[in-house]
Amino acid sequence: MHPLFTLPKLPKLFPLRCLIAVPFALALHASAFAETVARYGISMADIPLTTGQPDRGAGAYQFTGHTIYDPLVAWESNIATRPGKLIAGLASSWKVDPKDNKKWTFTLRKGALFHDGSEFKADAVIWNLDKVLNDKSPQFDAKQSAQVRPRIPSIATYAKVNEYTVEITTKSVDALFPYQLPWFLISSPAQWEKLGRDWNKFASQPSGTGPFKLDKLVPRERADLVKNAAYWDKTRMAQTDRIVLIPIPDALTRSNALLSGQVDLIESPPPDVVPQLKSAGFKLVTNVTPHVWPYHFSTQPGSPWTDIRVRKAANLAIDREGIVKLMNGLAIPAKGQVDSTSPWFGKPTFKLTYDIAAARALMAQAGYSQAKPLKAKVIIAQGGTGQMLSLPMNEYIQQSLAEVGIQLEFEVVELETLYLHWRSGVKADMNAGKGISAINLGYVTSDPFYGITRFVDSRAIAPNGVNWGGYNNPKVDALIDQIKTSFDPKVQDGLLAQVHQTMVDEALMLWVVHDVNPHALSPKVKGFIQAQHWFQDLTTLKM
Amino acid sequence: MFSYILKRLLYTLPIALSVTLVSFMLVYLAPGDPLNAIAPADAPAEVITALKAAYGLDQPIPIQYGKWLLRAVQGDLGKSIASGREVVTEVLGAVSNTLLLAGVAGLAGVLAGCLLGALAGYWHGGWIDRIATVLSVIGVSIPHYWLGLVLTIIFSTKLAWFPAMGAGPGGSSEWLWDLEHMRYLVLPALTLSVIPLGIITRTVRALVADMLEQEFVIALRARGLSNRAIFRHVAKNTAPTILAVAGLQLGYLMGGSILVETVFAWPGTGFLLNTAIFQRDIPLLQGTILVLCLFFVALNLLVDILQPLIDPRMGRA
Repeated sequence: MHPLFTLPKLPKLFPLRCLIAVPFALALHASAFAETVARYGISMADIPLTTGQPDRGAGAYQFTGHTIYDPLVAWESNIATRPGKLIAGLASSWKVDPKDNKKWTFTLRKGALFHDGSEFKADAVIWNLDKVLNDKSPQFDAKQSAQVRPRIPSIATYAKVNEYTVEITTKSVDALFPYQLPWFLISSPAQWEKLGRDWNKFASQPSGTGPFKLDKLVPRERADLVKNAAYWDKTRMAQTDRIVLIPIPDALTRSNALLSGQVDLIESPPPDVVPQLKSAGFKLVTNVTPHVWPYHFSTQPGSPWTDIRVRKAANLAIDREGIVKLMNGLAIPAKGQVDSTSPWFGKPTFKLTYDIAAARALMAQAGYSQAKPLKAKVIIAQGGTGQMLSLPMNEYIQQSLAEVGIQLEFEVVELETLYLHWRSGVKADMNAGKGISAINLGYVTSDPFYGITRFVDSRAIAPNGVNWGGYNNPKVDALIDQIKTSFDPKVQDGLLAQVHQTMVDEALMLWVVHDVNPHALSPKVKGFIQAQHWFQDLTTLKM
Repeated sequence: MFSYILKRLLYTLPIALSVTLVSFMLVYLAPGDPLNAIAPADAPAEVITALKAAYGLDQPIPIQYGKWLLRAVQGDLGKSIASGREVVTEVLGAVSNTLLLAGVAGLAGVLAGCLLGALAGYWHGGWIDRIATVLSVIGVSIPHYWLGLVLTIIFSTKLAWFPAMGAGPGGSSEWLWDLEHMRYLVLPALTLSVIPLGIITRTVRALVADMLEQEFVIALRARGLSNRAIFRHVAKNTAPTILAVAGLQLGYLMGGSILVETVFAWPGTGFLLNTAIFQRDIPLLQGTILVLCLFFVALNLLVDILQPLIDPRMGRA
């Protein structure tokens, strides 16, 4: 069949094709080189410290910590479907000395460059350890030291073995030591020298080895992070050219900024705005997070919580699903200190269900009822980081416990004041003297020390630690000693599970819910993977 | 007149000194620990002790005050504990933003309040008076935090006419007199302007209504003066009081806009104060309170000086 139309010969239409093709090609070229930008409304009042160790808690590490810098041992924070694990960072491997379990050898990665072009080597590790642990060193920075020293308490000494090997000795045998290292970030000694040994100047021109470089910092207003094209880890190259961090501390303002298109994603939208965000087409991302919202009981003589039946009754009297509803779904009912998917959860026999009848029966056995209630005073915060909806949640619990014969009285303070009460331990005058027998404080449970052992080790009673209630169980202490000397992660996990089982079976706290670290995203945002951690990997963000 | 101004200036000195003492001491009366701004909640005792020494917080309060005052008179308000930046730089940046916001809101509120109040006072008891009364009561009593949220929901998230937060694109506070930046000013200024609007309306209404019944106005009318001429006399007699009230309002707006600035994340003194309070950033808190108080004192001084210029009888008194 003869075609109705034949294609004209190329030379005749060439100019026309050019007219079409050139703008098209230019557009493609422009889009290929157009910078992709993600504007992130963060819940903090200011950009966290940019000199190395961020301030403002665990959540700040995702902003100016693991973006600009790397640790020796890192945390897998780009997996949503399971808890992360320790992975190689600037140390490609590490091992403990089989003869002296206090000595750890770290083999450093070759070819990692700081943003200023200098090479990462053993000297940089020693220099950075001095930066936070040796107050006689010229580079010692009190502010960075304050942030990280509590998080790396095991380090006793350190030395360079060769250009790519460093040895760290711990104060005692501590198999959990590697868990401390994702908190310790490596800054560039060369950049610090170049800027006249001035940490304040370094803050605006920082240099680390991380996947992003700091391009612009306007205090309290914005920080621009740009992709580090020369990043050493090719599997973790940034997917967005630029991430703009905008501090918006007020939750409602943050949501309004997202709804009006001023930012592309926000963290922690307020629960009551969730339906509006969803109906407007915004995506809500949540995941189980290492955080628990408990009442930490005093186990000291005279405390109303010394009777295990009362502690169990309190745990059975709470309708956790009701609290999740109060939070508009932004929480997960707690079954213990850690989530049941954690390798440290174990198999506790005491189940945290909602069973008013069983709770009343336990209270009756203990000699109490609604007519003859047990009275207890709990210190709580007005609100603040990690406290979720402190006052409404506490009032909910107050009503729930009243139904089984526990009459709560609250001492409401600001979060900073609550920390003072926490650090001081229950025996301190400011607690025992006021009749306070429980404290409500959101706990980060990201690693075995932070999540579990520090709360039950009798050697961590104030002033040595935050075993607030003064719990003392020689069996648990022995398990903790075993954990510290067991270098096989599976054995470690098993022992931790035993400790956790004991905590739950003894109803050591009133566990209520876990936070889910909610984020709200505009439909433009792709690739945001919310890890089951406070560390989030911003390299996966795509626009 | 010169002696009057000199006397006012001399009165200001002890007030300013008291202001420094109050702004220094106030933050020590608040509960909490300033070291929480820099140390994690579970920081061990030795870290806390070292930090106290590093920031001079281990010294007796009178010594801390003396050192702080000595530095403050030289223009050095120290460094922010949380950020390490100079407090003076932080505060002056915020003051300029708040001045802009308070200035626009104050001007709008005062002009609208004077107009509305004058009309209400002139037609005392009429429908315009009733409208003005309702508006002024709303202006004085409405929670500004709530009004800000309502305006944001309507004009930002629903209609997308104005931005919901910040003072410029991308969180920038660098001010430019262009249309894009002006859009950021509209909602916070509108929210804030209802305060002076309500107060000035009530004040002017009462003054004008009262003035129109004064004997000298009746005499002026009897002499056959035009309404315009009478208005000039009334305006001249009411101006000192209006000026004093307006001056106070601008002072209140400078420091009293914490909630409005927080709702709109406007990077001014209110927002800075809010941040400093929550971070227990003592040097920043002291510096901000001091600058705001001194601004208030200076504003009062200015009003005191301007009043006798408008009405010489006050200078003679």
